[in-house]
Amino acid sequence: MSNYIPLFLMLVIAFGFGAIMANLSKWIGPKKPTKEKLSTYESGMEPIGTTRDRISIKYYIVAMLFIIFDIEIVFLYPWAVTFDKIGVFALGEMFLFLALLFIGYIYILKKGALQWD
Amino acid sequence: MFDGLRDLLIGLLGKGDLADVLAVVVYCALPLVVILLYALFAILAEMKLSAWLQDRLGPMRVGPWGILQPIADILKLLQKEDITPTQADKKLYNLSPFLVFIGSYLGFAVLPFSAMYAGARLNVGIFYLVAVSGLVVVGILMAGWSSNNKYSLFGAMRSVAQIVSYEIPAGLAILSVVMIAGTMDLQTISKLQEGGVQNWFIFGGPKNLAGFGGATAWALAPVMMIAFLIYFIASLAETNRVPFDIPEAESELVAGYHTEYSAMKFALFFLAEYANMLVVSAVASILFLGGWNSPFGEFLGGPVMGLVWFLGKAIFFVMVQIWIRWTLPRLRVDQLMHICWKVMIPFGMATVLLVGTIVTWFAH
Repeated sequence: MSNYIPLFLMLVIAFGFGAIMANLSKWIGPKKPTKEKLSTYESGMEPIGTTRDRISIKYYIVAMLFIIFDIEIVFLYPWAVTFDKIGVFALGEMFLFLALLFIGYIYILKKGALQWD
Repeated sequence: MFDGLRDLLIGLLGKGDLADVLAVVVYCALPLVVILLYALFAILAEMKLSAWLQDRLGPMRVGPWGILQPIADILKLLQKEDITPTQADKKLYNLSPFLVFIGSYLGFAVLPFSAMYAGARLNVGIFYLVAVSGLVVVGILMAGWSSNNKYSLFGAMRSVAQIVSYEIPAGLAILSVVMIAGTMDLQTISKLQEGGVQNWFIFGGPKNLAGFGGATAWALAPVMMIAFLIYFIASLAETNRVPFDIPEAESELVAGYHTEYSAMKFALFFLAEYANMLVVSAVASILFLGGWNSPFGEFLGGPVMGLVWFLGKAIFFVMVQIWIRWTLPRLRVDQLMHICWKVMIPFGMATVLLVGTIVTWFAH
């Protein structure tokens, strides 16, 4: 457990450094806010429309696929550390696991989920 | 875990808690010094390299040969006004630069800089690194959303889609190294590659590992070269570097997710991006190119030279990233997704299965 203590300390250091950095220009920099300066940037024009608009569905699909594939990879890590000690059985299991994943991959490919336009 | 420096401090202060505590504090603060010095260097290197590649001189006015230009840039950023747009979601807007920076700083905790220095030695080392770098994604999405600016939001969406997509091939490439090494601890992975360039994982890993010998390792070499290539391309995408820089495509999106940020908050994003470049380069050199090991075995080895080798390899890859930035054009978003999902992920799966098959075939 003692190996994890430095991580917490580093978290504190990173946060402290960030806090100092972010506030430095607040202390040193000029403070002359105007209405135009604080408005949303849109190349000098009045912003058109709202930001809270619909986002393309493709981003949602990518996020969904990422979760599926990334969890598969997370499952592979503990296997990767010990597979050579278990032998052929572990390799067979992994071929099965990845084959199932690959069938899913073929399915999303055929469905056109990876087609961006 | 604090072998080297701890002994030194015990020698200075006598045995006791003070030496231990000081050692931990120094170990945790050292990466910050490394990042800041490296950032100064990398900013100048980026300006100078881009200038040479375009047949210009680059900055020449500030200091001799322009070497003080990064310091002048930081001083300029310090004097800028800190702007929070009225439309922005204030809490998230102010928090996101922290998250992005913390995500890249925490990654440094597990990097073995030399044989006797690694901030924290975790048995889940590389796994932890992949996990905390996920914080960067959250920070970027928060920045884009809270700015309440269309360009920021589009930039953030593109950036997140790209980073999460390329995390999969990167994860598969890392996996193939973990399979040969049998550990996720980065210090142990570095130690395994001792004894010269032929023992590096890009050439199939150590030739005297228990269980399988030299022939197996050489059979793994071509597979590992592909894995390295996959990791390097994916790492370019994960740091939003060219050719994967559509999140910051300035001709259509102004500056991407940090459009609304000014002054030191902008600088924090910038610093985090450069720190991230160093992390992915360092990981590439640890996993595939021997980390702190000398390519000549014992010759020019040792803990101090180890630090030089490690930083040298990492900075070499940072330079390659800069070189690529000023050489290649930007990819379109459909091309980017095509390369990731239809080329790199199948190849990544194939490398994992090939490594598994070769190791099991020869070892049993």
